[in-house]
Parts: sequence; structure tokens; C-alpha cells
Amino acid sequence: MALPPPDPQFVLRGTSAEVHTLHFYCGDQEPDYPILFSGSSNGLIHVWNLKTRRVDTILDGHGGKSVYWLEAIYGRDRLLSQGRNQQICLWDLAEGRNTVTDSVLTENVGFCKSSLLKVAQGHWLMAMPGKDLDEVQVLELPSKTSVCTLKPEADAKPGMPMCLKLWQPDFGSCPFLLAGYEDGSVILWNLSGGKILSRLACHQEPVMSLDFDSEKTKGVSGSSEEVLTVWSLDEQQNLKVQKTHKLVNAGIADVAIRQDKKILATAGWDHRIRIFGWKKLKPLAILDYHTATVHCVSFSDHSRPSERLLAAGSKDHRISIWSIYNQTSGALHCPLETRKPD
Amino acid sequence: MDPEPFEVGHAVQEAINILSSSRNGVQISEALGTIKCYLGGTENQAPLKEREEFTRVHFSAFLRGLVSNLSPDWIELLTSDQQKELWDSFFLEGPADQVFLVLLDSIISTGPSFRLMKVISILEQFLQTGGMSALMWEVCHQQAQAGLPTFQETLLNKVVCLPDHLCNKLQGNNLPIFFPQNYFPLLATEIIQVLQRISDSLRGGLDCSISFVSQVLGKVCVHGRREEILNVLVPRLMDLTKVDCIWQRMCWRLVECVPDRWIEAVVCGFIQKAPGADVLSRLLGNLVVKNKKAQFVVTQKLLLLQYSYVTAVLQNLLGYLALDSLRRSLLIKVLKELLETWGSSSAVKHSPVEQQLYVSKAILICLSHLKEPEIESNGQELLTSMMGGMKCHLDSNLPRVRRLGMIVAESISSRITTDGPCLKFQYEDDDETRELKSLQQTARLQLPVTDLPNAGNDSPSATPKAVSKRSGNPHPAASAVPEEESDLELDSDDDLIPYDMSEDKELRKMKAPVYIRDCIEVLTGSEDMDKWEATMKVLESLIRRNSATTREVSMELAKVLLHLEEKTYIEGFMELRKRALVAVTITDPVPVVQYLTSQFYSLNYSLCQRMDILDVLALAAQELSQPQASGKNKPRSTQSPCTLTVPCSDSSQNWRRIVDERIKSKTHRLAKSQSLVEPACGPNKFSSLAGHFFFPLIQNFDRPLVTFDLLGDDHLVLGRLAHTLAILMYFAIHTVAAAAMGKSLLEFVWALRFHTDSYVRQGLLSAVSSILLSIPSERLLEDMTDEFLETQSWLADVAEKDPDGDCRRLAWQNLLLMENLLKKLRSVPS
Repeated sequence: MALPPPDPQFVLRGTSAEVHTLHFYCGDQEPDYPILFSGSSNGLIHVWNLKTRRVDTILDGHGGKSVYWLEAIYGRDRLLSQGRNQQICLWDLAEGRNTVTDSVLTENVGFCKSSLLKVAQGHWLMAMPGKDLDEVQVLELPSKTSVCTLKPEADAKPGMPMCLKLWQPDFGSCPFLLAGYEDGSVILWNLSGGKILSRLACHQEPVMSLDFDSEKTKGVSGSSEEVLTVWSLDEQQNLKVQKTHKLVNAGIADVAIRQDKKILATAGWDHRIRIFGWKKLKPLAILDYHTATVHCVSFSDHSRPSERLLAAGSKDHRISIWSIYNQTSGALHCPLETRKPD
Repeated sequence: MDPEPFEVGHAVQEAINILSSSRNGVQISEALGTIKCYLGGTENQAPLKEREEFTRVHFSAFLRGLVSNLSPDWIELLTSDQQKELWDSFFLEGPADQVFLVLLDSIISTGPSFRLMKVISILEQFLQTGGMSALMWEVCHQQAQAGLPTFQETLLNKVVCLPDHLCNKLQGNNLPIFFPQNYFPLLATEIIQVLQRISDSLRGGLDCSISFVSQVLGKVCVHGRREEILNVLVPRLMDLTKVDCIWQRMCWRLVECVPDRWIEAVVCGFIQKAPGADVLSRLLGNLVVKNKKAQFVVTQKLLLLQYSYVTAVLQNLLGYLALDSLRRSLLIKVLKELLETWGSSSAVKHSPVEQQLYVSKAILICLSHLKEPEIESNGQELLTSMMGGMKCHLDSNLPRVRRLGMIVAESISSRITTDGPCLKFQYEDDDETRELKSLQQTARLQLPVTDLPNAGNDSPSATPKAVSKRSGNPHPAASAVPEEESDLELDSDDDLIPYDMSEDKELRKMKAPVYIRDCIEVLTGSEDMDKWEATMKVLESLIRRNSATTREVSMELAKVLLHLEEKTYIEGFMELRKRALVAVTITDPVPVVQYLTSQFYSLNYSLCQRMDILDVLALAAQELSQPQASGKNKPRSTQSPCTLTVPCSDSSQNWRRIVDERIKSKTHRLAKSQSLVEPACGPNKFSSLAGHFFFPLIQNFDRPLVTFDLLGDDHLVLGRLAHTLAILMYFAIHTVAAAAMGKSLLEFVWALRFHTDSYVRQGLLSAVSSILLSIPSERLLEDMTDEFLETQSWLADVAEKDPDGDCRRLAWQNLLLMENLLKKLRSVPS
């Protein structure tokens, strides 16, 4: 008999609005405590202290419009936030300050989350939805100069970009962008030429979220239908569907692969968080806590694997924090299981 | 006539005289020595003729003389060696039958004395040195020539009753060897010895009769010592007959020669003790074909008249019948008779369930033994009896009986229709059904594969068939070798153990209605199944929350719910509907109960609906009669006061508390006092309503409608009605109406007391229990004395004679309750 799924380790309440995005920042130094940024539909960004499990700071900079993307930059002192007021703000949080030091106007009315990639010390690339509906812009930070604009050819008609993922192969050639579009296709862009390398129509419905594992060059995407698709990128830069998994209920709002590439979490419209093994997409757990759609899932990047957490934000205003599959061996889950010698 | 006989007689007479008169040890030993020559076995023995003469005519008399002279001072005259050599040897070496009789006679006739002790010790030695086998051999030997019936009869009695005689005589001083539990196993080994000697003599070409041994066996068995003797005998015979056909024939003879009046005990014993059908067949041979009495016992008595044996015995018995072509015709005959019993509606109604189970088991085992051609030739008969039997089993009100019918019918139909669909019923598996089903298969595999010695084995074909069947049915464990995933990738998620994911179900998006009127609308009109399902699920809680609104529409809601059908599959629909109806009934009892009770006796309802009405009434009565526990009550304090005095700094009190607790932990309380927990209390809402529930239900039961006849076919509903009335009566305790209710319920019981259906009778008996518990005893005894006494005599009758075990138990319980009531009344003089 399998164990019943675990309960959340703790629950953060008090955003008093739907939680749309979550971002962990754990830091490496010992005195630093891990923090969690959460962005909600009332335009507020909460900075949670995960040691005291209380709100440290509340940032208000999007004019009451919902915040749907957050990412820390320069350690914990700078934060990028994207909101429905078409602004991407850069926050200065050092030494107790909480001011917007810079901002970018996206002029995009969609809700496509941006993507950030560190290309060198002090240099980042940020992909964000552009002014035209089907356009993606890539900026260099901190200079904010435009690197390229990715616009599909007129006859391609993939619709609006829904989700973006910038990535760079390990051997350090030029970065690529994976983008999920409204028509259900995933497109691999080459940033240097601004060309489509591969296009994979893997869903019938808009792609809601994708994540990519650059080590194994395979990624996963979820859409508003009841299918989770894993696709891989071969040497010829072609995307191919590797595996699909049918879910009980339709709609995946967010997918996230854990940093150690062991498990995958999905945020479901059916109020449930699902955990899969990343290697073979083996269903592992259904975390049923929320009472409304789960909007986002995020894994913490804590340096100690045993303290890595999973956070999920939901329409029911709550953020649930889970500690799951973070023992280095399975021994704690099942003491009698003898491990196979590899 | 020869002078010799006279000579021998003379010598014996002289010796006896010397023994009785002489006080000279030398003289006595000389006399004994002389006689000993006639016994043989020494170097200077008398001629053969004289010896025969002596043993035939004079030996008993001489022994008697020896015993009668026995006294302490007389025996002193001989040295102990002489005692052993001369005195004892007469008993231990002489003809065993005569010795045994003389010994037992003298034991019976002698009072406690030295002589008795001496005789008993000789008897003990006699038994220990194999005297019994010598005795039986002697008789068997003689029998081959000419028998002395009376002598043998006496001997037989003495052999079998030896433990009784000695026990009577010695009382507390009995020796262990004479205890039945020791004596009969000894006798069994002696029997084996005798059989061994007989087999040797048969091999030597000498004829020998075995009938005395058979008689001993039969008489021991019929005297109730079957266990002791067969526990030793059967395993030995089993070993000996395994390879030797002379032994096998002897064994058959042994059982065949048992007189008719004892054969039942012996055959039953063998069937019970044999470890398998093949062994039984080896031991009994074709006894059932040859012996009418044995045939009756095996084919009728053990199967149809008794039902106390375990399944293994049935398997032995029927397997034995199946093992030989001569006996197989009996097997088919037996099956037909079993099916006749199984299919007789009177048997289903009147015989205890245990017997029906036994018969069903026998049928299943029989079926598993039948071969295809046999089935085919009897297919039509099997089909007709199956149809009849199935009908009367399914008619029964007892689920266990119904299930028995289903299983047996299923198995018959699967045997007669080899191709094409066979009967399949829906029932829940439990241990009993699994056992029954396993009987169909196991018996087929149990056909022996050990080859019998060829003597008398007419069915060699059984063996290869069994083997081929076995290989056709490979053992599931063999095929289920855990198949290691050979293409197991190194890179897999195996180290991550999944959690339980059974809760992952489809999310219902449909919003359930919030108002009761909406619910009625959905339930009556809506075609939207999701909405309908959601409504069903919230209805009960809605009704309970909004009692005021419910009261406005209670009748309408009750009507809708009562007529509601399951349009689409919903998990637990019946339960949901019932709970909603109960909730309505509780919120607005009077009109709803009136409606429900009137509908119970009206036209155009299915039996299921009527039974639902009864269930709802019973559940509602229960809920109404219970004090409102949840919600309003304060949280109960389960802790006892002495542990509540913890925050007390005073050291002396602390000390007191620790001691108290220690005492408490070491004290066993037989009845834990509940007084500390404050029981929930509130007015009994049922008391004013009991009449509304009860009287409309009991009124019309004897008025048949076109579609509903309680006293006829619909006895299932009648049984439910009786149970429901019992429940209502029980919850009406302490109410004003209880006495009146009890009176009419007693009349109801009285009218139906001889109902043939045991479920109905059970209902009536529980109604009586409720009456006894609910009505104050004074009222019961003063106002209803006649009914009370009549019921008592009826109960006594049921407790004695009812075929159904539960009925008997309930009746006993009721009688006990009555007894207690009377006792209580007597102890409190009014």
C-alpha cells in the first residue's frame, strides 16, 4: 500500500489576492535566510521570510495590476517584476530599500511571462513579449538594449507567445529561446539569426507553460487540455515529441523542473499539484490542498538538497509550501526497499 | 475310549488336589512341573495327543484351581523363581483365550484381596507380552475349523469391555495400561500383529478366518472407541496396503466381515480417518457395492441425513465413490439424490442452513468428479433440477441460502454447457463462497496419481487422466515467476517511490443548488446529469440546515424522493436517497410519516420502494429517539477529576496525586464507570410521534392488494415489516403509547407465529424482545397476562424445535428476558 500523499509543510496566507507567481531566493551565505517572492493579482509583491514564515516587505509598484513574473537578479538585492500594467520593474531591495530603480515598458497586453538568462557576470538576456501580438523581444540587461526581435513569418500564424524560456547549451554557444504559442506549438528560436530552428505542434490548445532541461535537451509543456507533453531536441536542432501523459483533469497553468532534474511539478486547474519523475515521467504524487486553481509552482534552489522546497500559489489566496522527494536516497520513504547497485 | 484321556484327567485332578491341600513347597512345585509337561515347550513334554487333550478339556479348570488356591501364605511356599517359572508361565504360555477368560472371570468375581492383585498383575503381563494377539490368533485359527459361537461371543465381550470391567473393579487404583486411551491403541497394534500372522499363514497356503478380528474392531467402534483404535490402525493399514495386494485383500475382508449392526461405526471411522480418497479406496475396496448396509451409510446417511462432518470427509467419501467404475454409478445416483434435496423447496425452507451448505458442498464435489460423458448423458436431468433448485433458493429470504443457490447453479451450468455462456450471478465473495468455489477445482486435482496395486483396480484410466488434467492446469505460482524488467534503463525514476494516487478523480465543475426548491426542480425535471448528481450529494445537508424551508415543501420533497429513480450511476445513490428521506422525515415528522405509511400499503410501488419506506421509518425513529448529541453540547471532559488537579504546587497534594495514580494504574476495574462522562440529554422527540409511525404500519398487513400480498409471496417485505415494527417498538421505550403498541404487536406476532419463512420468524422474535424491553413489566404482566403466557409457551416451542439456529437463539434470549422480568417482579413485592 502506497503512503498517502504528504501534507504541506506550511501554508503562507495573507496575500489577500490570487497568487500568480512565485520565486525563491535562497542565497548561499549562512546568515541569509531563504526568501520567497510572491506576486498577486492586486499588484502587490510579498517578500516572505521562510524562517519566520512571515511577510518581510510588501512592494507595490504595478498600480494594482496583477504581477505575473518575478525573478531575482544581482543576488537578493535586485528584483525584476512584470505586471499587467505593461511594465517590467527593477527593484532595489538592498539595505531595506524598496524602490523601483528602473523599468521597461513592454507594451504587450498579454500575460506571457518573461524569461531571464545570465550570459556573463553582470550581463543578462531577458526575453519578453513584444509590442506586436506575436512578437518576442530580447533585451540585454542592464543596458536595456534590444538584442533582437523574434517575429514569426507572416504565414506561420502561431498566435501570441504564451510562455518563454531562454537557455544556453552547456558548451556555451549562443543562447536559444523556446517559446510556446497560442496555437499549441513550441518554437525554438536561434537568437543570433532571429530564425526559427524548429517548430513542434504539440498541443491542440494554447501552451500555458513550458520548462526545459538543457542537460538532457528535453523539455516539457502543458496546455489547457489534459495532456502533458515531453519533447526533446536532437542534434539537428529538431524538436520531437518524446512522450505524452494524459491527466485526469484538463488544464495546466505552470510546469517546473527541479534544479536537480529529478522531478517535475505541474500546477493544475483542478486545484492539484502533480509530481512526476522527470526521467520517465512516472507519476509520483498528487498534492491536493488548494481549493481553487493553482496558478504557479516553483522549486527552491537551496544549496542543501534536503531543504529544497516546492511552493505553489493558488487562486484561493494561499501559498502552500511542500517538502517532497528531497531526501538524497529513497531510504526515508521506504526503509525496507533495498537499493539496486548501479 | 482310550485310557489316555482318563490318564490326563486323573493327573490333573491329582495335581489340583495336591495344590489345594498340600502345604509343602517341594510337593507343590513337583505337581506344577508335572502339569507343565502337558503344556509343552519344555524338554520333557508329554505326547502330542495328551497335550491336545489337556489344553482342550482340562486347562481352564486347572487354571481356575490355580487361581482359587492363591493366597499370600500359599504362594510363599514357592520361591520367586518357581513362582515365575511354574505359576506365571501357565498364564503366559498357555492357550491365550482360556487364560484371558479365566483371568477376567476371577477378576470380576473376586473382591479386593491379595488374589485380585496377583491376578491383575498377571493380566497386565499378559497384555504387555502380546497376549491379545495370541488370543485373537487362537480364535481365528479355531474358526477356520469350527467355531463355538457362545464362547466367542463371551470372549469378544470381555476383550472389548476389559477397560470397563477393570475400571469398575479397581476404581481409583486402576493401572494405566487398562485406561481406554492406552488399551485400545494397544489393541490396535495387536490387531496388526494378528493380521500379520494371518497374512503369513495365507502366504503359506493355510486358510484362516478374519471374522473375529472384524468383530473386535466393529464392537470397539460401536462402543465409541473409534478414535483410539483407528488412529493407530488406519495409518498402519495404509502403509501395509500400499504395496501388498494380500494385505489389501485382508483389509477389505476385515471391513466386510464386520457384522451389519456395527458396520456403520467402522465405515464412518475409516472415512474420517483416511487421509485421502485413494487411501480410502485401498482400505475399503468395493465394500459399498457388496454390503447394502454400508451402501446405505455411505450414500444416504453420511450425505443426506447428517451434516456435521468437515469438508475433507466429504471429499474422501465422494472421491472414493469416483475412483472405481463399479462405484461411479453410485456417484451419479448420489448426485441425483443430493440435487433432489437441494432443489426441494421444503428442504430449503425447513432444513438448517448448515445442512444446506453441507449438501451444496457435496454437490460441488460430486460435479468435479464427473467426467464429460457422464455429464452429457445426465445433462437434461441436471438442467431441470438446477432450474428448480435455483428458483427455490433465490426465493429464500436468507442471503446465505440465496448465495448457496447461486454458486451451485453456476457450477452446474458451467459443467453442462461446455461451450457457450453459462450462468453468472452477482454476489460478494466471502470466505464461504471462496471455499465452495475452490471445491470445484481442487477435487478435480485431487484424483490420485499414486498407482494402486493392480488387484481390483478397475479404473486405470483415472490415473493418466488426472495427470493430464494437472498439466493442463499449470500451477499459477509457477507461471508467475517475477519477471525482472530486462530493459530496465539505468536512468529511471525507480528510486522515487510514488505516493498513493487513488484520490486523483475527475473534478466536478457543476455547482450544486443552494435552495431546496431548486433541488426539487432539478430532481423532477433536469436532464443535466452532472447537476442531478451534485444535487443528490448536497440534498441531505441542505434539508438539515434549512428546516423551516423544508417544512414548507416536505410532502412534495418526500414524494419526489420516494419516486426517484437512478437516472445515471451515482456512487451510493440508494444511501443518498435514503439519507435525504430520513432528513425530510425528521424535519417534518407528522405529515411525512403519514404519507410514507399510507404509501406503504398502496398500489403501484415496487418491493424495493416499500422496503425503503420501512428503512426510512426505522432510521428516522432512531434519530428522533436519540438525544440531540452533537452541536449544542459542551465538549465532553473525558478526563477523570483526579487527573485534573494537576496544577497544584503543594507537595503533599502532589504526593497524594502520585499515589492515587499509582493505585489507579494497578487496579483492574471490571466495569469502568461511565458516570464521569456527562451523557447527552434532551427530550425524546419520538415519544409523541411513536403512534404515527407504528399504528398505520401494523394495520393493514392482512389485506392483500393486487400487486402486494404480504401474507403470500411477498414474505421478504413481511419479514422487513416485522423487523421494522420491532425497531419502532424498541425506540418507543418510556413512551405513553408503548403499552398499546406492545399489545397490538403481540397480536401481530401471534397471528404470524407459524410463518414458514425463517426471516419472518426472526423478525417476530425480535419484536417480542423489543416488547419485553420497552414495556414496563407491571403493565406487561397485568394487562397482557394471557398474551404473555401464550407467547412464552410459543417461545419454548420455538427454542426447542425451530430448524433455524438464529430463531432458536432469539427464542432462548426472549425466554431469558421473560424469566428475568418475572424474577424482578417477584423480588419487589408490590
